[in-house]
Amino acid sequence: MPKYRTTIEPLPVPTPITQPFWDGTRQHRLLLQRCEAGHMIFYPRSHCPRCLSNRLEWVEASGKGTLYSYTVARRPTSPDFEHDVPFVIAVVELDEGPRMTSRLVDVDPDAVRIGMRLEVVFDDVTEEITLPYFRPAGT
Amino acid sequence: MGGLRGEAAIVGIAEFAPVRRPDRTWMGLEAYAELARLALDDAGFSHDDVDGLMTGHLADSGGLFAPGHLTEYLGIGSHFSEVVDLGGATGAGAVLRAAMAIEMGLCETALCIVHTLPRPRNPKGGGPTFRMGAWGSPMGEFDYPFGAVGQNYAYALIANRYAYEFGLTDEQRAKVAVDQRKNAMANPKAVFRDPIDIDDVLNSPVIVDPLHMLEIVMPCFGGAAVVVTSKEKAKRAKHRPAYIIGGGENTTHLSVTYDPSLTETPIKAAADRAFEMAGVKRSDIDLASLYDCYTITVLLTLEDTGFCGKGEAGKFVEEHDLTYRGDFPMNTHGGQLSFGQAGMAGGMSHITEAYLQLTGRAGERQLRRCDTVFVHGNGGLMSEQVSLILRGE
Repeated sequence: MPKYRTTIEPLPVPTPITQPFWDGTRQHRLLLQRCEAGHMIFYPRSHCPRCLSNRLEWVEASGKGTLYSYTVARRPTSPDFEHDVPFVIAVVELDEGPRMTSRLVDVDPDAVRIGMRLEVVFDDVTEEITLPYFRPAGT
Repeated sequence: MGGLRGEAAIVGIAEFAPVRRPDRTWMGLEAYAELARLALDDAGFSHDDVDGLMTGHLADSGGLFAPGHLTEYLGIGSHFSEVVDLGGATGAGAVLRAAMAIEMGLCETALCIVHTLPRPRNPKGGGPTFRMGAWGSPMGEFDYPFGAVGQNYAYALIANRYAYEFGLTDEQRAKVAVDQRKNAMANPKAVFRDPIDIDDVLNSPVIVDPLHMLEIVMPCFGGAAVVVTSKEKAKRAKHRPAYIIGGGENTTHLSVTYDPSLTETPIKAAADRAFEMAGVKRSDIDLASLYDCYTITVLLTLEDTGFCGKGEAGKFVEEHDLTYRGDFPMNTHGGQLSFGQAGMAGGMSHITEAYLQLTGRAGERQLRRCDTVFVHGNGGLMSEQVSLILRGE
């Protein structure tokens, strides 16, 4: 059962291309892709969005990042999240460069500040899916 | 720079007044036919004049074959058809494509129709459902599971980042909603016509920090149509033609997480292209008709379309009266915040209002002088951007 939510759905449904990323989170590792030109990539793809290279390899990210922006949802963004409010939706700028959508946990919503340092925390939601959330670094 | 030569013009419009709850049980096709009839009548054109068709997605067709369904139902032949898929910018994108097709000689008179009347429930149940986030959709896999669903959160992310970089007060955002409401009070078709002040906006519930309920569009049902034609045929229109003298478009992303910058938006490139093409200055604009799904959208649009400098929008709206009586008339129909957002037709309301103002038919809210209008459409999560410059001649 999830630690940070009261319900399970909606869950990501991995595709053949994205499966390694979700295999990584299940092992509590945050994986990114790097193309042959060295561009770092998130979300997982078949081609690099900066140069369309199709030679991509998986690399483990540090799991550290900075809060680029956030909002506190005071009302549910969809019925699936009715029991979660208030919750913090975040855009995290990973130290490796790419941004990702996530949620901030283990933090008072009113204490959230853009620019704060963050670290990844993994929530094993089901046997197949572990979601990467973020919390203030050093929590 | 190449581009439009300003030889296609808007000559007719039609718009259903947005309603919160539908008062008719048409399927989609009937509404398209009624909008076509009304818009052609406004132009003084007949059904036989139409030879081009621009529209958004069509529910009745299950999302496919919209031009086939519509030409058959409307009984028109179309030499150039396009299904425009630019979210809130669909209306502006449709008019831009119509102008382009007409200048290229692919067609001569195009109907641009978008509508959002609900369909009756299928008595047998089932039927096509539109659901974002299908398997394989990056948003469905990497945004939705975190609660990043819908539009509100995305514009809240933009508002917070903007405030962090440039400073912006709740009151400055609220001023946009308040001035637009004053405009709506002079528009009998607007859904929201009760006066509001800044405290009313700030006392309305916070939906997603920092955005309050009165800073967010209310979904409505409605529809709108615009007739665009050639210079030659525009001469016999009932009202003054509004020539499309500039247009620009820019799309860079879908999910706001991958927007290259939340504060330097893709609006800028669309607007700059439109102004350069038209050869007019910002100071030549008599009416700014700017897409306003949220208050923050308007502030960023004012900056990135060049009406004020970067980081200055908060001060700009404080210092200017944005009403039809003011020194910077903007969204004189009330904007979608007060007029109502009828789905894709919401974006078209910025064009229908422009044409009413350009032809002196805006009633109580008519501007004393209105010859040149800037229209901007924004779709998705600050994703699809279309700018138009219209000139009445």
